[in-house]
Amino acid sequence: MKSLNLTPLPDVTSDKTVLGFWIYLMTDLVLFATLFATYAVLQGNTNGGSGSRELFSLPFVLTETLILLTSSFTCGLAMLAAQKRDKAQLIFWMVVTAFLGLTFLGMEISEFSMLVQEGNNWQRSGFLSAFFTLVGTHGLHISVGLLWIGVLVFKTVKDGLSDGLLKRFVLLSLFWHLLDIVWIFIFTIVYLMGAA
Amino acid sequence: MLGRLNFEALVHDPVTMGGIVGGILVGLVVIALLTYFKKWTWLWKEWLTSLDPKRIGIMYILVATSMLLRGVADAAMMRLQQALSVGDSTGIVSTDTFQQVFSAHGTIMIFFVAMGFMFGLINLILPLQIGARDVAFPFLNSVSFWLYVAGFCLINLSLVVGEFAATGWLAYPPLSGLKYSPGVGVDYWIWSLQIAGIGSLLSGINFLVTILRMRAPGMTLMKMPIFVWSVLGSMILVAFAFPILTATLGMLSLDRLMGMHFFTSDFGGNPMMYVNLIWAWGHPEVYILILPAFGIFSEIVATFSGKRLFGYKSMVVAIGAITFLSFVVWLHHFFTMGAGANVNAFFGIMTMVIAIPTGVKVFNWLFTMYRGRVRFTTPMMWFLGFVTTFTIGGMTGVMMSVPAIDFQVHNSLFLVAHFHNMIIGGVLFGYFAGFTYWFPKVTGFRLNERLGKYAFWLWLVGFLLAFLPLYALGIMGATRRLDHYDASLGWQGLFIVAGVGVAVICLGIAMQLLQLVVSLWQKNSRLDTSGDPWNGRTLEWATASPAPAYNFAKIPQVTDRDAFWVMKQAKLAVVDESYEDIELPRNSGLGVIIAIFAFLAGFGLIWHIWWLAILGIIGIVVTVIIRASDDNTEYTISAAEIARTEAAYRAGRLTI
Repeated sequence: MKSLNLTPLPDVTSDKTVLGFWIYLMTDLVLFATLFATYAVLQGNTNGGSGSRELFSLPFVLTETLILLTSSFTCGLAMLAAQKRDKAQLIFWMVVTAFLGLTFLGMEISEFSMLVQEGNNWQRSGFLSAFFTLVGTHGLHISVGLLWIGVLVFKTVKDGLSDGLLKRFVLLSLFWHLLDIVWIFIFTIVYLMGAA
Repeated sequence: MLGRLNFEALVHDPVTMGGIVGGILVGLVVIALLTYFKKWTWLWKEWLTSLDPKRIGIMYILVATSMLLRGVADAAMMRLQQALSVGDSTGIVSTDTFQQVFSAHGTIMIFFVAMGFMFGLINLILPLQIGARDVAFPFLNSVSFWLYVAGFCLINLSLVVGEFAATGWLAYPPLSGLKYSPGVGVDYWIWSLQIAGIGSLLSGINFLVTILRMRAPGMTLMKMPIFVWSVLGSMILVAFAFPILTATLGMLSLDRLMGMHFFTSDFGGNPMMYVNLIWAWGHPEVYILILPAFGIFSEIVATFSGKRLFGYKSMVVAIGAITFLSFVVWLHHFFTMGAGANVNAFFGIMTMVIAIPTGVKVFNWLFTMYRGRVRFTTPMMWFLGFVTTFTIGGMTGVMMSVPAIDFQVHNSLFLVAHFHNMIIGGVLFGYFAGFTYWFPKVTGFRLNERLGKYAFWLWLVGFLLAFLPLYALGIMGATRRLDHYDASLGWQGLFIVAGVGVAVICLGIAMQLLQLVVSLWQKNSRLDTSGDPWNGRTLEWATASPAPAYNFAKIPQVTDRDAFWVMKQAKLAVVDESYEDIELPRNSGLGVIIAIFAFLAGFGLIWHIWWLAILGIIGIVVTVIIRASDDNTEYTISAAEIARTEAAYRAGRLTI
């Protein structure tokens, strides 16, 4: 480990902003839990239309999933670079993360527009309302994450890597990993269990 | 360009017009006074942009008080209508207006009076009680407050532009869906609550971190004052419950804005799910409100009995138990939905169980008084009134936790009487007690005791007159939300008594306002120069009244519970003049700006003015980014300045 020359990030474990952000993340999980519960209740309410078995393509979603999981990995690499205070590498891995996130978002949008074109839009049934809202809320979070990466990378390029910015990167990475965890639940509950 | 907004939105019936004209007149008077006395800059610099939790707390309480007046006016209208509208008489308002009035009454009283009062008191006292100089996130605190104000503006605007929901305070679908409520009323309800609710959630996170990370050295969890414990429980509930509200309101608005089918009665929607979700937030919500009131009473009883609180540990355990149990009782709000005997039995038993920790608290308070040297001050009077009314309410609550009884009184005035017993007799009396108790700490002078006691008696008598008849009416079969009934039912007499009760409550409020004015008038003879007017026990009394911006010149060292009492006993309150520089947050107007954008976004979403909604949301994002990029957010008070201020305080020369 010594060869990596890691320096712990500034007061991350005792910092109150980090604790506050953790609590915020937990409240976000409650929000998702509500949407999951709603989805579970409405899953069978297809109103005579197609259900999850007919609508979802597992290979497509698996690709999406792998892309998002990879983005979490690259986000981790970015944080390693942050611990080395290596600005260039940090920016590089953050840009890769953003690129992967953008690809994921693009795939999600294309899945959505495909469903809408086939007439399976959110007005079709309670099941589809719940599906679009649950997956869309995750997508919205990803969009916020992308905007956040953009702002932080811009600031880093402009002002250099300060302790304040490092802390914000820590928060960002927590946010990004949480979205990964939420997606794993979406993948399992919506797609895998829906296709079974 | 303007969505569904047109001139018809400004046309109202005479009663509503009266309210609007009154509201606008009050607004104009305030604006005229501010302009005449050239106070606009002062208002902006000293108050609106302030990040000092003590100032934010005062603003919360001012807004909540104004909403209390509106909510009481709504209540008076309802009672007047019900006292008059019998047989051939149709009373004073139309059915549609009546429905808007009872919806507004409930929404306003819970979200904008009780929540506002609660966050106000927490802001004022919690940092002082834990020996901190500030909350964990001062700017976020300001954002929370201003989002609450944005919600307040929206809900009051509904009176002038358009209409309010006619669906009850929780807007059950399918009635609140697009099909049966196509107008803007439900949208006003959704967005005023959504915006204020997000503010509450942010406050919850803020105070959790404040309690967990900012306590004075030596103050372990088990040495915290009980008020702090109660706020901790309440804020845990906020963090768990408010995201459910956010999601539920979000889904209801998706139904209404995008034609989704979460809660519609066709296309595979499920209205009963809404009822479950809203109460999964709503039941914890009532404990969010009552726990801090319990905390306030615990402080007051100990202080005015001159004793340590009896059963501190059992109080803490009771708060923990209530925090947990409040999440497993929500179904008792709709036993009649038909979830089945076993489900109803489970939730019925859980509801009875939650009465146990509450009972523990009541006994602890009484045992604290036992053999104490009790001083019957105004806060103590509120406490005694609370114990009596709250116990009555608790017993009727346990009655209704039996599903078989609940089936009989569901949605009747018996229920209305029960929850007003809890929320007026519990929450409101608690906040009034806290307000009176901590008033000197905040302003530097005491309230007039005699007028305070008059106000208490008027409230207590008015409350009993207004709500005990409702228990009887409920058992006689009167349902809630009636705007008309047949004379042969024989209810009118009791409704008139209830109406008289509301009139007495109104006198009580008038007495409270008079108390404020008179106390302000007599300010100079009521000054609290000691900083400790009640012979208090906790740290907020260890600093001057009004507390300086930095709260404590030196952060106190805590060795035991009732830290300040211990210091007084040990005569440790020696003045130590070796001050150090203190860093405090700079004022910021960005919280106000975020709230303005949130208001615009809400208004756009209500009236389908899409460009305005998008503008509002972009405005919020940009403002947040601007704030997050600002590293220069603090200023320093020098040690010399602190020494000067402290000396001035000791000389008793400074007041607010």
